[in-house]
Amino acid sequence: MLQTLLDLFGSAAFWIAVLRIATPLVLGTLGVLLCERAGVLNLGIEGIMVAGAFAGWLAVYQGHGLWTGVAVAGAVGAGCGLLHALLTVGLSVSQHVSGLGLTMLASSLSYYGYRVAFPKLTTPPTIEPFTPLAGLAGLPLMGPVLAGQTALTLVALLLVPCVAYVLQRTPAGLALRMVGESPAAAEGQGLSVAVVRTLAVVAGSTLMGLAGAFLTLSAFNAFFFNMVNGRGWVCVALVVFASWRPGKALWGALLFATFDALQLRLQQQAGGALPYQLYLMLPYALSILALVVMARRAAYPQALMKPYRKGER
Amino acid sequence: MRLEARSAEARGALLWAPLGAIVFTLAVCALLVAWAGAPVGRSYALLFEGAFGSRFAWSETLTRATPLVLTGLAAAVAFRARLYNIGAEGQLYLGALAAVAVGGLHGGAAWPLPAPLLFIGMLLGGALAGALWLLGPAWLKQRLGVDEVVSTLLLNFIALLLVSMALDGPMKDPLGMGWPQSVAIDPALEFGKLLARSRVHNGLLLALVLAVLLWWVERATTFGFALQAVGANARAAAFAGLPVQRTVLLTALMSGALAGLAGVGEVAGRTGYLTLDMSPGYGYSGIVIAMLAGLHPLGVVAGAVFVAGVLVGADSMSRAVGVPTYLADVIVAVALLSMLVATLLTRYRVRWRA
Repeated sequence: MLQTLLDLFGSAAFWIAVLRIATPLVLGTLGVLLCERAGVLNLGIEGIMVAGAFAGWLAVYQGHGLWTGVAVAGAVGAGCGLLHALLTVGLSVSQHVSGLGLTMLASSLSYYGYRVAFPKLTTPPTIEPFTPLAGLAGLPLMGPVLAGQTALTLVALLLVPCVAYVLQRTPAGLALRMVGESPAAAEGQGLSVAVVRTLAVVAGSTLMGLAGAFLTLSAFNAFFFNMVNGRGWVCVALVVFASWRPGKALWGALLFATFDALQLRLQQQAGGALPYQLYLMLPYALSILALVVMARRAAYPQALMKPYRKGER
Repeated sequence: MRLEARSAEARGALLWAPLGAIVFTLAVCALLVAWAGAPVGRSYALLFEGAFGSRFAWSETLTRATPLVLTGLAAAVAFRARLYNIGAEGQLYLGALAAVAVGGLHGGAAWPLPAPLLFIGMLLGGALAGALWLLGPAWLKQRLGVDEVVSTLLLNFIALLLVSMALDGPMKDPLGMGWPQSVAIDPALEFGKLLARSRVHNGLLLALVLAVLLWWVERATTFGFALQAVGANARAAAFAGLPVQRTVLLTALMSGALAGLAGVGEVAGRTGYLTLDMSPGYGYSGIVIAMLAGLHPLGVVAGAVFVAGVLVGADSMSRAVGVPTYLADVIVAVALLSMLVATLLTRYRVRWRA
């Protein structure tokens, strides 16, 4: 048993799988993180990922380039984010309910659009997805693992330090954190809470759209029903696990993906000794466990889920 | 853009808001119908016809509304106490699982009890399974501050996998021809028909009684008062000496039990056995219904009939003019969002300039 585990951890194929599983989680978690640091819970993520996956895939299917597909997915995510911001920031509707409503709307619209575009297809039409970056194989240490990844994974990994830098070291990041911690103080500094929060939600939702696009343009080559399958909710849990920090979010996503990849391998090797459903439960159970472990230490953004209305206390 | 509180709730707006929301929803979805290349007027007529146009249409709508009333109540009572139970879907499946465990294992002979007792046991078992499935997240929220939205959502996936496991294992129907389907419950335990020559069963009666009961509990009992106080302001309620934790946990038990009963009703009233696609998201629709109803238990009944009508009507419209059935989900989602905005506008006025 130990030997099989060691073999597994030594194999490049395993770590290639881990990074591939982690990519949408990294993108989605960064997206949730941006929204929540600005004080807005975005439960629309599950639906935004579906919409991003569908829109990006449809653009490529209609003959546009892969990167155009990525851009379309990001734009669709941004549009969803704008709607969520309008409802929660502009009209201060309950963030829980607006987010869930957005998830229902975005996913049902995507499925509707898919059925209108392809009314009678039983096998999903496919596209030519991103290919692995074989040129990176020469890099030391991580080379073989990175060579198994596509460009979007690289983008996700590079986004982590970028988001961290913007949040911690730039005026824009300071403004974003401020409206999430103390909107009244931010307003006192001459910032418009509504504008900053809206921009943060739009930016975060763009990343969620990209997370969806990774599924159809890189991990798979087609759009399926239920393909997001709770990944969005896992991202919401991972943000708590990461204490709202981009760096920790990366580690959280990688840790989660490691367990997920492990569960797949164990399932193959154990060959039916245990019901396969137990393995599939593991990721969800781990997410809950992560929430429980981190809950005591969680330093929520102080104004999370609190709508801000000028002049009201 | 900013919001300005209205000095008094606008009386006219209370009527105009829901109407406006419905008109807006129908207008938006008309665009989608047109996009699918179907005639808008005829499609909507077919939808209405399919939902409420005949005795058969009504009976189908009421059958569909039965679990929705229960999941709607589950969401409404929990949200009232600000316990965001998004896990009604999972609680429903566990309730159904418990119903099969009591009434179906070993041909219904797992428990040597007379049928009436076993029937009660099946109801209680389903309610208990749902209640316990929510008790965990509620307790974690109270004790450790674990966000219940995410934990209940994730538990939905685990619940479905548990059901899948049971359908592969101890509850597998040996005559299921490989379909993931549970053994059937003892026919003696099935709900009676409420309407002859239809699928409407006594589960609807149970749901309606529970709606009235919940309304009475919220209005007229001390527990109901504590529930409302905790929901309005938990800190203030604690200062006033109300048992906040106990109230939230009790609410969780009630909410989970209601969702569990929805699962029992589907098994014992409609299908007779349990499948993995038994609920097309009834748990999630319950949240929409609760919000449409403003969390009012009697409003939930109306909301459930509306949503059930949309679902049933869209099915029959889809067959006739070839518009994808997913239109129903879009209508429900747009109705939720526009209703949220509309209720807000009854309390606030939008000023476009600061």
